[in-house]
Amino acid sequence: MTEPLLFELDKKGRRGYALPKLDVPTVDPADHIPTKFLRKQLNMPSLSELETVRHFTRLSRMNHSVDVGFYPLGSCTMKYNPKVNENIARLPGFANIHPHQNANSVQGALKLLKTTEKYLAELTGMDAITLQPAAGAHGELTGLLIIKAYHNKKGNNKKKILIPDSGHGTNPASCTMVGYEVVNIKSDNRGCIDIEDLKANITQDVAGLMITNPNTLGLFDENIGELASLVHSVDGLLYYDGANFNAIMGWTRPGDMGFDVVHLNLHKTFSTPHGGGGPGSGPVGVKAHLKEFLPTPFIIEENNTYSLKNENDDTIGAVLGSLGNFSVIVKALAYMMYNGKEGLKAASAYAVLNANYMMKKLKDTYYVPYDRFCKHEFVISGKTFAKHGVKTLDIAKRLLDFGYHSPTIYFPLIVEEAMMFEPTETESKDTLDGFIDVMEKIAKEAVENSDLLKNAPVTTPVRRLDEATAARKPDINFYRKP
Amino acid sequence: MSTYIPHTSTELQEMLNVIGVKTIDELFAEIPNNLRLNKDLDIPCGMSELEMTRELTSLSEINKTVDKNVCFLGGGAYDHIIPAAIDHLLLRGDFFTAYTPYQPEVSQGTLQCIYEYQSLICSLTGMDQTNASLYEGATANVEAIKMAEAQTGRKKVILLDTINPAYRKVIKTINGAQDTEIITLSFEDGVCDVTKLARAIDDKTAAVIVQYPNFFGCLEDIENIAKMAHEAGALCIVCANPIALAILEAPGNLGADIVTGEGQPLGVPLSFGGPYIGFLAAKKALLRKMPGRIVGKTLDIDGKQGFVLTLQAREQHIRREKAGSNICSNQALVALNTTIYMSLMGAEGLKEVALHCFQKAHYMKSELAKIEKLTVPFTSSFFHEMVIKVPNADSVLKRMEEKGIFAGIALEKYYPNLKDCILLAVTEKRTKSEIDDYCKYLGEALK
Repeated sequence: MTEPLLFELDKKGRRGYALPKLDVPTVDPADHIPTKFLRKQLNMPSLSELETVRHFTRLSRMNHSVDVGFYPLGSCTMKYNPKVNENIARLPGFANIHPHQNANSVQGALKLLKTTEKYLAELTGMDAITLQPAAGAHGELTGLLIIKAYHNKKGNNKKKILIPDSGHGTNPASCTMVGYEVVNIKSDNRGCIDIEDLKANITQDVAGLMITNPNTLGLFDENIGELASLVHSVDGLLYYDGANFNAIMGWTRPGDMGFDVVHLNLHKTFSTPHGGGGPGSGPVGVKAHLKEFLPTPFIIEENNTYSLKNENDDTIGAVLGSLGNFSVIVKALAYMMYNGKEGLKAASAYAVLNANYMMKKLKDTYYVPYDRFCKHEFVISGKTFAKHGVKTLDIAKRLLDFGYHSPTIYFPLIVEEAMMFEPTETESKDTLDGFIDVMEKIAKEAVENSDLLKNAPVTTPVRRLDEATAARKPDINFYRKP
Repeated sequence: MSTYIPHTSTELQEMLNVIGVKTIDELFAEIPNNLRLNKDLDIPCGMSELEMTRELTSLSEINKTVDKNVCFLGGGAYDHIIPAAIDHLLLRGDFFTAYTPYQPEVSQGTLQCIYEYQSLICSLTGMDQTNASLYEGATANVEAIKMAEAQTGRKKVILLDTINPAYRKVIKTINGAQDTEIITLSFEDGVCDVTKLARAIDDKTAAVIVQYPNFFGCLEDIENIAKMAHEAGALCIVCANPIALAILEAPGNLGADIVTGEGQPLGVPLSFGGPYIGFLAAKKALLRKMPGRIVGKTLDIDGKQGFVLTLQAREQHIRREKAGSNICSNQALVALNTTIYMSLMGAEGLKEVALHCFQKAHYMKSELAKIEKLTVPFTSSFFHEMVIKVPNADSVLKRMEEKGIFAGIALEKYYPNLKDCILLAVTEKRTKSEIDDYCKYLGEALK
């Protein structure tokens, strides 16, 4: 199955859409625009509407997706994306409003944003929320800018952010973007932050500690109270990476654990679709002492009327050209309203149940480096298959042949040949059992006929791809061949 | 319990037995008691799909929409025609419920769409390469500045103040925090003041950033600005409107090194500001400095054509603190939205959209010129957006809104010296009668 490129379907003279007839007198751009600014040539394929529809429909069938099957990608929370939320986001009153309309003409939208802020503040135990950041990494950047603004205002001379070696790659990259040096903190044999290593690195120039809890091994760090005190003792701030928030919703709150800044991923915990890699939304929550640093504009509520406050003395400024990824936020609020307080807590409960069930069942065949209750995800290692010449990559590829998406692989970095599974609460026991059977079958194949793994996948639209040539001679633009 | 959780009570029991616990609560045992949330969340109880839909529908109906009103607002987001086929394709679960194409063998749909998106954006901008997209227009410029700094080893950038004020604010926040020296130059007759620019550019300048057409709708001489930048060893970043590029010369042919912009005009709903899509395209020499995902074409082991994420050695998940950017995702579904739009329109359709915008805007300008007490402060060529000046602009805008017309953006809050000035945009979606009504009501409001 190969789908031609759009450009190969081009037939000059075809049209996929017709505009209404022009109803004003025509003027020639050449009479108004200097010749050097007039376009000489535009390459773009011409297709009919049906050809366009078929092209993209055929391409869609070459994707694995949550709607098609199990997607246990760790730290990505591939839960069901409720269909009704798509309808809500497309209501004309939400989809067809312009960002520059006066506040009095968008009271419904502002109320929706304010309500979302309130719910997220309650869920995280924070005092104020900004919905501006467009993704998780963008939330991290925003949170770190707030931390920096706090220290600058106090005249603190801070240089470093501490990050455990199990942290997401975006954490250190975000620190660099705001000019902080990154210090990696070791994990202990329980998979949590090594308190001794942390103590050794707690110095006056520490601006903060950036962690997920549960961490990327899916393990809850029960020392979080002590960690928070240590960091606060040098006036450092605690940053909560909310990528793993689906593990604890309604059970404990970052604000109660001592965190000062939090980001959430609405496209993970709050069920908004991942869209093939975006758009997401990464709201940031802060405690009261950091509220003044939040990006502007703020949404102000007075007597049930909503307005925007554009300026504020200590604000970091703005991190997006608008108030946020509005229609993503609409879907997240719809999800929270539908589930309600008990449904949100249940989501985390069953996410944790599913992960522990899977881990327990897989423990007989696979090596589990941290053998304790996990939260919403867990990590196993493929290293025991090395003697058969089988790598984690091969196991991941073989899973594709059975119609499953692979787990996250080779992450976190601290586990050799890592495979990280996050089943989410929306998967049934039947689905998990089917998947576990296949994992056991693959383990057997690895020993008895490892070629099945090394040659996998064979049932997918394409087989293993030549990534080395792709990087050496990049063909990334149809119109400019390498 | 919400219906999104499929477990029966029997299954729950079986699963607890396998794990070896009596209740789910035991799985949360390591959370210290003092950190447990020992109360109900202060969030309402769950509701049915029907109740939730009714509640949110009523909330949506409080908003005044661009369907029930007539929209002449622009300033970075535009009310263009969106072909119906687009949303049907976007709503295919295979697209919107997939994630980042980490396993390319089962993500060829997403990957090929991104390759097509990249090619179309390159064609539109006249550049060699682009990435898989960024959050939106403002942050695309933030990333372009970082690229220019990395390429030149310099930390000073020159922004013309004819660039969207919202973009400048974001640049100040993010690039400013990375110690970029930001020089903002004031305009002359709605465009770049070349004398001031010549004085500001020096051998410490990493880039000059110019918008095309600019925030006022005026056409900047990007060729000359690029030349001035290059003479000082700086790069020229052009922030372009993608619809305008169907009739305006590609910035790549006028000397731009990086072309950025907001992709919303390419068939993306207004949605109160997002999600939109930032594009960023560059000349070949800048390839390894480009942030974000990039998709490349390759072959599989059977020699069949396929696509992969490529050049990942630049990215945060490999380089961590040494990465040039923390960008992790892209706006894949919005990129797909714009790709389907461009596919439906084709070169001819896109040109026609741009021409209709241009012609309707010029018709409107000639009609507005007939109104007494109205002046047009800038004389430069324009595309589909223009500035007008009327006495008491704020109250005029209010009166126009009562007539069902979103008549434009009051500029004074962004430019204190542009008191009573209004920025208005005319797209292909506006009709002659809507334009005539605008002029009629405006004339009445000024009497």
